Amino acid sequence: MIDVHFFLKIIPTLLSGLPLTLQLSAASIVFGLVLALTLALAQLQARWFVVWPIRGFVAVFRGTPLLVQIFLIYYGLGQFRPSLRAIGLWWLFREPYWCAILALTLNTAAYGSEIFRGAIRNVPQGLAEAALSLGMSRLLTLRFVILPLAFRQALPSYSNEVILMIKGTSLASIITLMEVTGIAQGLISQSYRAIEVFIAAGGIYLTLNFTIVHLFTMLETKLTPYRIRA
Amino acid sequence: MLAKLYLLGFGDEGWGLSLLVTAAVTLLLSITGFLMGTVFGSLAAAGRLSSYRLPKTLAYCYGTAFRGVPDLLTIYLFYYGGSVALTALAGFFGSTQFIGLPTFATGVAAIGIISGAYQSEVYRGAYLAIDQGQFDAARSLALPRFQMLRLVIAPQLVRHAIPGLSNVWQLVLKDSALISVIGLVELMRQAQIGAGSTREPFIFYLAAAALYFLMGSITNQIFRLMEARTARGFSRS
Repeated sequence: MIDVHFFLKIIPTLLSGLPLTLQLSAASIVFGLVLALTLALAQLQARWFVVWPIRGFVAVFRGTPLLVQIFLIYYGLGQFRPSLRAIGLWWLFREPYWCAILALTLNTAAYGSEIFRGAIRNVPQGLAEAALSLGMSRLLTLRFVILPLAFRQALPSYSNEVILMIKGTSLASIITLMEVTGIAQGLISQSYRAIEVFIAAGGIYLTLNFTIVHLFTMLETKLTPYRIRA
Repeated sequence: MLAKLYLLGFGDEGWGLSLLVTAAVTLLLSITGFLMGTVFGSLAAAGRLSSYRLPKTLAYCYGTAFRGVPDLLTIYLFYYGGSVALTALAGFFGSTQFIGLPTFATGVAAIGIISGAYQSEVYRGAYLAIDQGQFDAARSLALPRFQMLRLVIAPQLVRHAIPGLSNVWQLVLKDSALISVIGLVELMRQAQIGAGSTREPFIFYLAAAALYFLMGSITNQIFRLMEARTARGFSRS
């Protein structure tokens, strides 16, 4: 049932989409991480005019499908071409590449900020008090006590989010970007050999995801030597 | 922008009704897919918890594969793979036409398989969270295995599983938008159609986003209520 010759032939074709998949993932994960941390830290402030807009942003991006977000940014904002051109942002919204990265970044920032917010909140209050009683400033406490602990605690959930992002890049194929899933869809509709293409493309994603899980486990072990389970 | 809001209304030129109807399709698709996922998920969880090697390995591979591969790829597999199989079957009976699969059924199957992979982890975790003493107590009452599962284990399993299931449901509801790529006219597809024929994509995708958000919030409240209901009698520490 499975055509081995065909299977071997499509692997290089599919792999040619891997650089784009990796670029989209890396860019959105890096930008998303920075934004997520910023949003999580900004919410430590109890001012309502800071917290409410962030909560709103997080709720909207977690509560709607990623596909809608991508379409809203690419097709929806593309409608405002004259205004975007006037403020010099048209180059960004013209390219599906940047639109995909923007949508993925905002999406992962929303999920990530909740992960970090929870992790920061879970750092025992006593530790912050101890640091303050030693005369450390709020910033120093944050930098040397709270954030390192929060970061360790957030790692397992954050690795899940990274995997979700890698899978999320597949949606970029819908706005014409030929990454692995886009190429796979093309191959399937040409050859009608869905199973072979699925196994090959799926294998690429699984290898990628296993590598990431492994890297995160290694990082976790390195950061929490006292908590290693046998 | 505001002048275009009539497009979402219920008048002659309004798309309001068709958006609401397709939102119902989205809901129906998600619920059916989710329920199908419950079947696959509990089977896979039973496999993972089994002491035999074969079901254990099969369930592990199923869970890992469908949680690690993009959902879009799985949807393509079901749509094209299913159509090819159906065409081959029809060819066996003398048909020469290409037969496309009914999109709703394909969508349900794809969502069922994907959400089943996630649900299996929820059920497995919930089962493992049940105190060992509950099994011992049930055995000491000489309850037959099936009755033990039905009367003692299942009710507690549901309580532990609801928060996780709520997460999976939110995932399913948002994933259902991907079924639009195989041509099923659900909310996302209808928004695309509206955006295409009026050349007002922004307002249509915004409306779709709002409807997804609304459906997600309401169903989230329902899960909260169920969680509270199954947790009565257990004090929150």
